[in-house]
Amino acid sequence: MSGHSTYEPKTGFTRWLDSRLPIIRLGYDSFVDYPTPKNLNYWYTFGGILSLCLMTQIITGIILAMHYVPHVDHAFNSVEHIMRDVNHGWLIRYVHANGASMFLFAVYMHMFRGLYYGSYKAPREVLWILGCVIYLLMMATAFMGYVLPWGQMSFHGAVVITNLLGAFPVVGESITTWLWGGFAVDNPTLNRFFSLHFLMPFMIAGVVILHVWALHVTGQNNPSGIDPKSKEDTVPFTPYATVKDGFAMVLFLILFSVFVFFQPNALGHADNYIPANPLVTPAHIVPEWYFLPFYAILRAVPDKLGGALLMFGAIGVLFVLPWLDTSKVKSLRYRPTARVFFFLFVLTCLILGWCGGELPDKMVFQVGATAAGDPIGLNFVWLSRIASAYYFAYFLIVMPVLGLVETPDAVPDSITASILDHSAEKKGLAHAG
Amino acid sequence: MLGKGFAVSAVVALLVSTAPAFAASSGGELKPFSLSTDGPFGRFDAAQVQRGYKVYREVCSACHSMNLLSFRNLGQPDGPFFDAKYKNPNDNAFVKAIAKDYNINDIDTETGDVVQRPGTPADRFPNPYPNEYAARAGNGGALPPDLSVITKAREGGPAYIYSLLTGYHDVPRGLEVPAGKYYNPYMPGDLSSFWSGDKDKVPAGGFIAMAPPLVADKVSFDDGTKSTLEQQASDVVAFLDWAAEPKAGERKRTGFAVLIYLALFAGLLYASYRRVWKGVKH
Repeated sequence: MSGHSTYEPKTGFTRWLDSRLPIIRLGYDSFVDYPTPKNLNYWYTFGGILSLCLMTQIITGIILAMHYVPHVDHAFNSVEHIMRDVNHGWLIRYVHANGASMFLFAVYMHMFRGLYYGSYKAPREVLWILGCVIYLLMMATAFMGYVLPWGQMSFHGAVVITNLLGAFPVVGESITTWLWGGFAVDNPTLNRFFSLHFLMPFMIAGVVILHVWALHVTGQNNPSGIDPKSKEDTVPFTPYATVKDGFAMVLFLILFSVFVFFQPNALGHADNYIPANPLVTPAHIVPEWYFLPFYAILRAVPDKLGGALLMFGAIGVLFVLPWLDTSKVKSLRYRPTARVFFFLFVLTCLILGWCGGELPDKMVFQVGATAAGDPIGLNFVWLSRIASAYYFAYFLIVMPVLGLVETPDAVPDSITASILDHSAEKKGLAHAG
Repeated sequence: MLGKGFAVSAVVALLVSTAPAFAASSGGELKPFSLSTDGPFGRFDAAQVQRGYKVYREVCSACHSMNLLSFRNLGQPDGPFFDAKYKNPNDNAFVKAIAKDYNINDIDTETGDVVQRPGTPADRFPNPYPNEYAARAGNGGALPPDLSVITKAREGGPAYIYSLLTGYHDVPRGLEVPAGKYYNPYMPGDLSSFWSGDKDKVPAGGFIAMAPPLVADKVSFDDGTKSTLEQQASDVVAFLDWAAEPKAGERKRTGFAVLIYLALFAGLLYASYRRVWKGVKH
C-alpha cells in the first residue's frame, strides 16, 4: 500500500483480474513485497499472533453458537451439553474460553511493546488510536462472553459491571434499564449480550483492517525507532517476517495448548460452574485476570462514580498518549531514564492485577496492631491507591515532563547503524558478564 | 534491551500475577488428596470409579441429583463401565441393567397419563426429589447441590470434597451448633457469632446441613476393597471427578498429540527461520 507496487500478473487470468479488481496486487503489496525493518525482534510478532487469536475466536465462536442456547433456563446446561455430547465440543469450548485469555495476554504484550519503542508517536498516532479502539471492543466482547455460560460469576459479574453505569448522575438509571432490557440482569440481558458478543468480533475485524491499513501507510516502527532510510534497512515481508512470525505463532500455540489440554480451568473461577442464582451472591466476586488491574483502580476510590470514572479514565488516557509524550526520541532504547519509569509502570500494572484479585481489607504486610486489635500495615486498597496514582502519573506527569528534561543517549543514523551498535553493545555486556 | 530472556520472564510474571484470582476460600487447610487421573500422565482407574459410583448410588443419590449425567455416560470410553465390545454405550449390557433398576416417570402417549417405566441407557440419572421445594422440605430448608460438576464448582476441587466428607469433627467447646446443622472445619463460613470462647480463636470452618454421610462399612465393595471412611470418600470423589468432565481422558490424550506436533512444527520453522535470515544482519 505504501510506495510503488512491484506486482506483475503472470497468467492470463491474473492479468484479466488485475485490471478489474487488483485484489491479488493488494495482497502481494501488503504481505509479500511489503518492506519491513530488518531489526524487528520477537516483541513484534504479537501483531501476527493477535490476528491468529481473532480468527481462532471467530471460528470456535461460530461453532459454539450452533449449540449454545441464550436463555436463562438453558444456557448453563447447553454449555455442559457442548462439553459432554457435542463431538470435540470440549475442545472447541476450551479453545474459545482460554483463547480469550491468550488473546488479551497477546494484546497486553503488543501494547507494552508499543509503549516501549514509542510506536504511538508521530506519524503513527491514528494507528495507535485504532489499536485502543480494538482493545476497548475486545474488553466489551470478553466481558459479554463471560456472561454467556450463566454461572454464578457470569451473573454477578454482569450485575457489578452494569451497575457501574448506574452511578452516572441523571442518565445512569435509564442507561442500565436500557442495557438490561428490564429492571435487573435477566433473560433479556443474556439474550442481547449473546447478540452483541456475536456482533463485536466482526467490528473488531473491521477495525483491524483499518489498523493494518494505517500500519502499511506509515510503515512499521522498529526497536531503534528510526524510520528506514534506504533499501538496506528493510527486508521483504515474505519470507523474512512470515517465517519469523510463523515460528513465534507456533511457540504461542504451545503455551495456548498447555492451558487448553492440561489446565483448562486454571484461568477461570470455580463459582462459574455453579448455575447463576440471583439470590445467592458469591463470597468474593472477581473478574477474569485481564480485568483485574482496572478492577483494582475501580475499588481504589471510595466513591462509586469516582471509581467508575477513574477506571474508564485509565483506558481513556491511552487515546491521548501520542500528545502526552514530549520526547523527540521514539525508542526507550536510547532513553535510559524513561526506561526506569517504564519498567516501574509494568510493575505497577502487575501490582494492580494482584490487588484486583485480593479483598481490599486484606493486609499486604502487617507491622503491628492497635490497642483495639486492628492491624497496622499496608492493606490492598491502599496498595491499589498507590499503584493507581503511579499509573496515571506515568502518563500525565512522567511522559510530558521527562521528554523535556532528560538527556537521551545518542541515536544512530540508521537502522543498519543501530544493528551494528546493538550487537556490539550485547557483546560488550557478554564480556562484562 | 528487551531480549528473549526478558520476554520469557514477562510471560511467567504475568501468569503468576493471575494466581490471586483463584486464591482459596475461608475454610480450613485441605487434606492432601490425589487421584490416579491427576497430572498430564494420570491414568483412569475404572475399578475405583466403579466403587465410587456404588457409593454415590447407595448414599449420595438419596438426596443429591446429577442432572447432567445419563446412564449411557457410564459405558462411554473412559467411563467406569466402558466395554470395548459395545461401540455404542446404549448397547452396553451392564449399563442397560443398571438403568433398568430405576423407574423413570414418563407420559403414556396413548392416554396422556403419567406412568412409570424401567430406565434405559439414554435416560438421565433420576432426581431424588420432584422439585426444589420438596428437596428443601426434606433437608431442613437446605438444598442438596446437584453433583454433576461439583469437583469443578468448588475451590480446591477433589481435595475439598474429600476433606469435607472425611472432615466431620467433634464440636469444639464453646461453639453452639444450631439444630439440624453439623460442624465441619472444611465448610466455608464464619462461626464468630456462634462462638463463646476466645474471640481470636474462632474455629475454622462452618455449619453444613448434611449429616456425616459416610462411615466405615456403610457400602460393601464387590471387589473386596476394605470399606473404610477414607476409601469410600476417595472412591466417590474419583467418581464425581470423572462425572464433572467425562471427556478429560480424551482431552489429555489429544493434548499429547497436539504438543508433539507443535514441537516438531516449531523445530521446522526455527530451521527455516535460520536459513531464510542467514547472512542478514538483524
